[in-house]
This record gives sequence, C-alpha cells and structure tokens, in this order.
Amino acid sequence: MNGYLHLWLIPLLPFAGFLINGILGRRLPKALVSTVALLAPLASFAVVLNAARAATSGLALPYAEICPVGWINAGMLHIDFSFVLDQLSLVMLLVVTGVGFLIHIYSVGYMHDDEGYARYFSYLNLFLFFMTVLVLAGNALLMFVGWEGVGLASYLLIGFWYQKTVAAEAGKKAFIVNRIGDFGFLIGMFLLLANFGTLTFSEIADKLAANPAWSGGVLTSIALCLLLGATGKSAQLPLYIWLPDAMEGPTPVSALIHAATMVTAGVYMIARTHALYDRSPFALSVVAIIGAATAIFAATIGLVQNDIKRVLAYSTISQLGYMFLGCGVAAYSAAIFHLMTHAFFKALLFLAAGSVIHGMGGVQDLRKLGGLRKHLPVTFWTMTAAVFAIAGFFPFAGFFSKDAILYAAFLQGNSGKVLWFVGLVTALLTSFYMFRLWYLTFMGKSRSPEVHPHESPWSMLGPLVILALFSIGGGWIGIERFAAYLAPSTGPLSLETGSAHLELVLSILAVAVALLGWFIADRFYRQRPEAPARLAAAVPAGYSVLAHKYWVDEFYGAVIVKPLMAVSKFVLEWVVEVAILGGLAWLLGGIATFTGAILQRWQSGNLRSYAAWLAAGAAALLLFALVPWTTVLANVGIHFNVAGH
Amino acid sequence: MTELNESILTLILLVPLAGAALIALLPDRGKLSAWIALLTALVTFGLTLHLPAHFIPGQPGYQFESNTPWIASPAIFYHVGVDGLSLWMVVLTGLLAPVGVLASWNAIKERRKVYYALFMVQQTAMFGVFVSLDLMVYYGFWELSLVPMAILIAMYGRKNGPRAAVKFFLFTFIPSAPLLVAILWLYARTGTFNFAELQFLIANNALPAGALFWVALAFLFAFAVKVPIFPLHGWLADTFSEAPVALAMVVAGKLGLYSMLRFHVGLFPVQTRAIAPLLIALTVIGILYGACLALVQRDFWRLVAFATVSHFSLTTLGIYGLTLTGRDGAIYQTLNQGVIEGALFVLLGVLETRYASSQIASYGGVAAKLPRTATFFVITALAMVGLPMLNGFIGEFLILSSTFTEVSRSWAIAAAISIILGAAYMLSLVQRLFYGPESAMTAGKPALDLSFGELAVLAPLALLMLIMGLAPSIWMPSIEKTVIQVPIRQTAEGPRIVLVAPSLEEAGR
Repeated sequence: MNGYLHLWLIPLLPFAGFLINGILGRRLPKALVSTVALLAPLASFAVVLNAARAATSGLALPYAEICPVGWINAGMLHIDFSFVLDQLSLVMLLVVTGVGFLIHIYSVGYMHDDEGYARYFSYLNLFLFFMTVLVLAGNALLMFVGWEGVGLASYLLIGFWYQKTVAAEAGKKAFIVNRIGDFGFLIGMFLLLANFGTLTFSEIADKLAANPAWSGGVLTSIALCLLLGATGKSAQLPLYIWLPDAMEGPTPVSALIHAATMVTAGVYMIARTHALYDRSPFALSVVAIIGAATAIFAATIGLVQNDIKRVLAYSTISQLGYMFLGCGVAAYSAAIFHLMTHAFFKALLFLAAGSVIHGMGGVQDLRKLGGLRKHLPVTFWTMTAAVFAIAGFFPFAGFFSKDAILYAAFLQGNSGKVLWFVGLVTALLTSFYMFRLWYLTFMGKSRSPEVHPHESPWSMLGPLVILALFSIGGGWIGIERFAAYLAPSTGPLSLETGSAHLELVLSILAVAVALLGWFIADRFYRQRPEAPARLAAAVPAGYSVLAHKYWVDEFYGAVIVKPLMAVSKFVLEWVVEVAILGGLAWLLGGIATFTGAILQRWQSGNLRSYAAWLAAGAAALLLFALVPWTTVLANVGIHFNVAGH
Repeated sequence: MTELNESILTLILLVPLAGAALIALLPDRGKLSAWIALLTALVTFGLTLHLPAHFIPGQPGYQFESNTPWIASPAIFYHVGVDGLSLWMVVLTGLLAPVGVLASWNAIKERRKVYYALFMVQQTAMFGVFVSLDLMVYYGFWELSLVPMAILIAMYGRKNGPRAAVKFFLFTFIPSAPLLVAILWLYARTGTFNFAELQFLIANNALPAGALFWVALAFLFAFAVKVPIFPLHGWLADTFSEAPVALAMVVAGKLGLYSMLRFHVGLFPVQTRAIAPLLIALTVIGILYGACLALVQRDFWRLVAFATVSHFSLTTLGIYGLTLTGRDGAIYQTLNQGVIEGALFVLLGVLETRYASSQIASYGGVAAKLPRTATFFVITALAMVGLPMLNGFIGEFLILSSTFTEVSRSWAIAAAISIILGAAYMLSLVQRLFYGPESAMTAGKPALDLSFGELAVLAPLALLMLIMGLAPSIWMPSIEKTVIQVPIRQTAEGPRIVLVAPSLEEAGR
C-alpha cells in the first residue's frame, strides 16, 4: 500500500450508482438495478473498512485528501474539495456506510413490488453520496454541500409516493423547515469568514488554539448560528416539526435517513466544530437546554401516538435530544457514542416496524396490531432487543451510551443535575412508550383478525438480525475506551470529578427507571387494557395537549405562515404592487392610451405595416447617425468642449 | 487565427442579421423559417465559442478588438471588443439563441417568418450591446434590442399582447430617452463616444461633478428598469405572461446587469459609490418583496416574474456592494440565471403548450404523466433555490458572503432570508404542478413527455447547471480579469483597493 486511501471513492461510488439507476434505471432489469444499488454502498463500505484498517495499523490521523483543482476561487474566497479522515469521521463513516448498506439490502425486499424501484434506489444512493460528503468534508462549505444534499435526498424520499398529497406536502415541509436551519448555518459561515477568514475546520481550530484567551462574543454568535442549523437537521426544538411528517416516506428511508444517519448530522456538526463551542459556555448551555427540553418534550408526545412509525419518530427526536444534551455538557464523545448505538437500535426499530407493516399488508396503527409474536418470530425477537436497548437495560447498547451522557451531565454542577433529572424522567417515559409499542404490536390478540400476517423474506430479516447483534453488543466497548479513541477529534471526556461509586449508583437508578417504565406499560397494556382509556378520560386536558402535540404546528401556522401569506397577498400585492405602483404606472396612462392607439394599428394584422414600423425604426437610427449633430447642436447654442482633441 | 480574432465579433453580429435577411427573403412555408433560424443560431453559438477558446485571461484590456471610424462627425467609431465581463455574456447569448428557437418550435404556429426574422435581429442587438465600446453604437444596439421585443410581444402575445407591449414600451423606451440625452451630453463635453476615453476623462475630473451626478443617474435609471430593480419592475410580470417564451427568457437580467457594471459602475465610480447605499437598500427590499409576492401568485408566469425580481435584485446587490468577490459573484450569477431561467422558461412553455393553461391551481400530478419534464423541472428549481453543487449556489454564496463580510451584516442577513422564501415558493410550485393526484385538466389530456428537441435543449442546460456548480474555476479566471474596476468603499483600514483609472494604453489605444 502506498498509503493513499482513495477517500474520494467513498462518496463517488454511490454517486455513480445514483447516475446509473437514475438515468437508465427504468430500462434496466430489476436484478441489475439491485446489483448496482447494492454494490455502490458495499464498495464504499469496503473503502471505509480499508481506511479503518490503515488507521489501526499506524496511519497518522487526521489524514486529508485535497482535490488539486479548487472549488471556488473568487475574490477573497478560496474553497477546496477536501476530505478529512480522523477518528470522528471514521466512526461516522462506519455507521453511515455500514448501516446504510444493511438498509439497502433490506430495501430490496421491502420495495420489491414498487413501480418506482429504480428511482427509489437512485435516491438512496444519492443520499449516501451526500451523507459521506458531509462527514468527510474538511471545510464548512463542503459540509454544507452534504448538509443541503441530504436534505434534498430526504425531500425526494419523503415525497417518494408523490401522488399522495400528504407525502408531497411532508417532503416540502421538511425541506423548507430545514432551510430555516440552513439559513443559520449560512450566517454562521459568513461570521466564520469575517472573523477567521477561512472555513477550513483545522484552520479554525488552529486559530482558536493560538488565541487561548478568546471566548464568548462573536464565538457565541457563530456557535448559535450553527446551532440553528443543527436544530433544523437534527429535528430539535424549535424546528423538529418536519420529522414526524417525514414518516410518509418508505419505512427503510425512515430508518436510514430519519433515524440512523441524516438526523444525527447536527450532532456531528457540533462535535466537528467543538473547538468553537468550547469557547462559549453560553452557547454550550443553550445546546444542553435545547437537548434536554427536546428529549422530554418529544417523549411526552410519543406516549400517546397510535401510528407505530410516529411513536418511533418522536422517540428519535427525543434520543437526538440526549445527544444534544451530551454535546451541551461538552461530552462530545458520549454524544457520538449514543449516536452510534442509537443508529443500531433505532434503525432496527424502524426496520422491524417495516417488517410488521409489510407482514400486515400496510397496517401501521397500533390499535389494529397485536398478537404478532407468533406470526413474526424473527421480527419479534430482534425488535425486543432494540426495545431493551433503547429503554436502557444492561447490558444492551443503549444502556452504556445513555448512561455516559447522563453521568457527564450530572457532573456539571447544580444545573447539570437538573439536566440529569430531566434525562432520567425522559428515560422513564422512553421505557414506557417503547414497551407500550411492544405490547400493542406483539402481545395479546390480533385486533385485525381479517389480516393474515406473514414473516418477511430473509433479505429483510438478515439486516434485522445483524442490527440486533449490534443493538446488544454495540456498547460493550465502554465509554472510556470510546472516548479515549475519539479524544484527538473531539477533545478528552473529563469525568474526573466523578467516581466509580457515583457512576454505579446513577446506573442502577437508570435501570430502575427503565424497569419502572416497563412495569407501568405492563400494567396498562397487558394486565388492564382498559386503563389507558380511563386515564385519558380522567385527565382530558392533559391527554388533549399531548394528542395534539402541544399544537405547535398550529401555532407556527397561525403566527408565521398565515401572517406571511396574508401580508404578501394583501399588503404587498394589493396595496403596494397593485394600488401604489400600479397606480403610478396608470398615471402615465395618458401616454399609454396614446401609444396604445398606435399599437392597436400594429395589431391590424397587416404584415406590411409591421415591416414598415421596423423599417421606420431602422431609418430613424440611421438618420440619427448620419446627421451632423455637432453642427446642429452648435446652431442651437450648445458648444463643444472637445477635450483630448 | 489573428485575422479571425479581429473579425470574430463582427461575424457574430452579422451572422444573425444575415439569417434574418434570409428568412425575410424566403417564403413563409412550413417550418422553413424555423430551420433557418435554428441553423443560424447554431452557427452563431459556434462562433461565440471561439471567444473563450482564444481569450487570454492574463492579458489586460479588451480582446478581439476592432476599431474603425464609422462616421466622421459626430465621431462615431465602430469599436467592439470583449473583456472578462462581456466574454461570457456573449457566449450565454449565443447559447440561448438555439434554445430560444427550439422553445418557439411548436409554440409559434403562424407568421413564423416575421417571428424568426425579428428574433434573429434581436440576437444581433443583444450581441451588439455586449461588445460595443463606443457609446453611440452601444445606444443604437440597446434601442434595437427593444424594438423587435415590443413588436413581438404585441404580435405574438398570449391574451393581452398589446397591453403588455404598451407597458413594456412605457417602461423601457421612456428611460432610454434620458440615457440618450446623457450620452449626447458626454459627447458634447468631450467630443468622444469612446468608452475607455470617457472612463479616463471622468476619472481625471475633466467633467463637472454636479452635471455628472445627473448623467450617471440617467444611465442608472435606464439600466435599473431593464434589470428590473424594485420599484421599477412593473412591466415584468405582464411581459412574462404575454411574451413568447423565447423572448421572456432574455428580456430581463443580463442586458441591464451588464450595462450597470460596464456603463454605470465602470464609467461613474464616484457617483456609483455615492448612490450605492440606496441601491443596496432597494435591492434587499426587492429580494424580499419579489420572494413574498412569488409566494402568493396563481399564474406561474407571474410567479416566475417575481422570483426573477428577487434573484436579479440579489445579483444587483453583488454589484453595488462594491466588493471584488461580490462583483465576480454578480457576473457569475448573471450567467447562472441565464441558464436556469432558460431551462425554466422552456419547461413552463412545455406545460403551457401541452395544457394551454398557466394557472397553477389547474395543474396537479403531472409527474406521473411527464416524468422527464418533472425531473428537469425539479433540477431547475433546485438550481434556482441555490442548492449547493448546482450553479445558483455559487453566485448566491459569493454575493451574500461578500455583502456580509465587507458591506453590511444586517442587509446581508435580510437578503439571506430569501433562501428560505425561495425554497418555499419554488417547491410549492413543483408540488402544485407535478405532485398530488392528477387534476381534472391534466387527466383529460394525452401524456406527451419531452420531445427530442426539448430534451436536446434541457439536457445540456441541466448538465451546465451541474458543471457551473462544481467547477466555477472554468469561468472565474476570465471573469476576474474584467476591465471594470470596482470603486471599493473606504474601510477602517483605509481603502481596500485604490481606484485605478484605466490608462489609455490598457484600453488598447
């Protein structure tokens, strides 16, 4: 090996897959489409594995590949196509291409009968292209390419069944809400340019390292602008509203884009720019508060959702909140740790839900499921592993990563203890709604006796089994070793104020809370199935608030969208455009009627008259050019001051 | 090759004119005129490609220059040449000529002869505007570009052609009158129409500042209407919804934007600097105003008209921010918009010829019937909303970032809101036209996806959007060598760039 890793192949292979299936897909046989669609991420995964092998056998990280031809060179701006491999991007790449490849395999079975089969895979490949660009980008602008690009892929895949109006609407909503976040990202980049003169991550970190006293002020502004971008992409308060609607897309898409990878981009971005956040305690606390608030907020909504995918969507928002909380207490490696384990178990949850929906012929309402344990044994057991993982049971993956975040939060003084407590309550809620989903789906008797459920083909179950293994064992590496590995990229994880004893107590508390959640769910959905309805009837106001998701969509509609449209229509169009500007033009209407009369004559349809007008115009021009204007003007008293002659 | 270098611009001006003459002489039979126009347009485009192939980015001054006395008194010279600014404008015009002919192919069904003859005259006029270095010749071409346009709108308008033509006439001919007076005044005071010479004289204070203020204003006014800049955009929506697609494609934007840079910023740096704050304010208002109005339009031509106001205002912001990055971004964005709007107009034309409606609400679910049309439309819409990797993003980023870092943070932030609004109106348009269930109107019509000709136009344009987004380095080196110096404003550390009056040697005299 000459040490050159061909990182550029990681995004470009899926891009090739996108082009082939996107342009030729409709004319290719299905087998060939699948081959191209699967080979692209597999080859890309192989390149990542090779990079990982090199990294473990002595390659110095960070390792960069820069395209010799720059991207933008204009005025004072110089941006390269640069791909950087470090510990952070390597972990992300392994997750993205690894989980991505599994979901591609799963999709072969899931989308088999869809007439947009080739289109689906071309979009999925396109997503991987942009996502790997996002992860590998060595500067913020290239990251922004991936950032907006995954948004595009998400838009196309949410609206994949575009003839359904709700799906098309959901795709559009996702893109526009993300654009609000991207606006923040953009302003953040402008601020970086103004204050650092560069968008290259390593140069920004170097400049910060060279000025150890520099903190707060403009760094806070930059961090907050970037955070706005992160809340959009990672579906945090106040921009989370697009993610639940995004469930209109095919289920594997929800697993890959709206659970495992794309939505974690905000967390990745904060970790990538952590040098900035480290210099702004204020921005960090905002990150932590947004994270904790989103975690509990989304979890409460998740309690009462009846669509299996929507429960998982709110759960994703809530888990992303944990990751933000981790970033906010400067425990970036813990956040990335949870990002990784979450990618395993949440992808698994969605794929298993997809298997349920597939087996039930499209039913995804929890109230119509039930008793599927016997019919879908593999789906049941793998999903059980995922439920235990997300609920935080020892020794499942989620236990280790969630614990690391809560522990790091606990060590951050009194405010940290509040954040920890919010996280703990969220863990209780999480355990409850996940077991609720589990009971309603698999236990008891079927509530749709007319449907004959069938287990999914092995192309779908295979990925489930592999992800189940990772959902169980994905956390065994432990936060200490994981954090130590990531430390060169994300800074060290400082937990020295704690103790092994404290950590143990907190862990036991967390597991106890998870057990409590399971217990309550058991009471509600196994022992006394009538209890939930009674409880809802007992506190109708509380239930209504949750069932209506706190009326946030309605609030945004009434406060932003409707006023904007009304002002545009009535003030800008009717008053300014039509009345004022149109009125002014109308004042010139005297001339208009006059010329209009002339033009009416043009309209006579007589070709010769058009030609005459044209000739007259040309003649006038020529005449103008030939007249000795100097003399004419001199005669009327304008004299020439001929400079330079 | 040197002989061709000297006569290439003249050839570019004459070939469309010759095509027009040929069309006029031959009978109006079948698609004969269209074929001649297409052939002429392709030949012209081929000729324009000679320019970038032989343009030397390192060489100062104008290239492919030709300067011969035309009329002795007044001293009018046939003086043409290009620099980094006009180079790509000429190529863009060349590219859009065959696009325009193909866009008219099925849309124009009668009186083809007059249509194509005038269309080719229009091409010559636009080339003339971009290559003239003699103010009187420039003015002649400028006027010439308006005449066929007005006639074509009146003759081939969809519903209210004459009314739109009157509006177009009012808004564009009237501001041309002060422009002419201003040009004549300059001649009266200096005895020359030579652009470089005038630049030199004005920079060396050979003319009274008080009068120059009005002269500069007259220039600016004519160009601002043509771009158009808020609040002078009143003609655009009517023209877009009436003009034949091929003309709507070129009526706004590049002529005005180019002229602003060359003949306002380039000729009157002091006056430009004085009026720049006003223009920055107007353009940012225009950016948001256009975007908001685009949100609530029911007719897709009107929607595109207001989107155009928004986008060209952004480009103008790049010009009047008076920064090098902004200037380069504005020039690049002018090219981008030419390509994007070219494709957009072809696509909307496709819909209108198929379904005979421009009411957005009457559409729905078209993607299922016309998947190729939908694909190209989505790509074009994404380029328009500035998706990175497509061309619109580069210009937008250069303009906004330079405005933010070197001009004004608050104006830049306000302008950047348009990236949200832009996504909102464009994606809503895509959704209402192409997604959802089929509407009653579209369900009843046969599914005719893109023809070979339409595909031959759209595929290269889409490819160009991608290449221009990925490799702006193909264009930037020559763009940066434009002769126009930007009168950079004073900063805290002193002027960023000393205002250089181009010497006469540099101008090639």
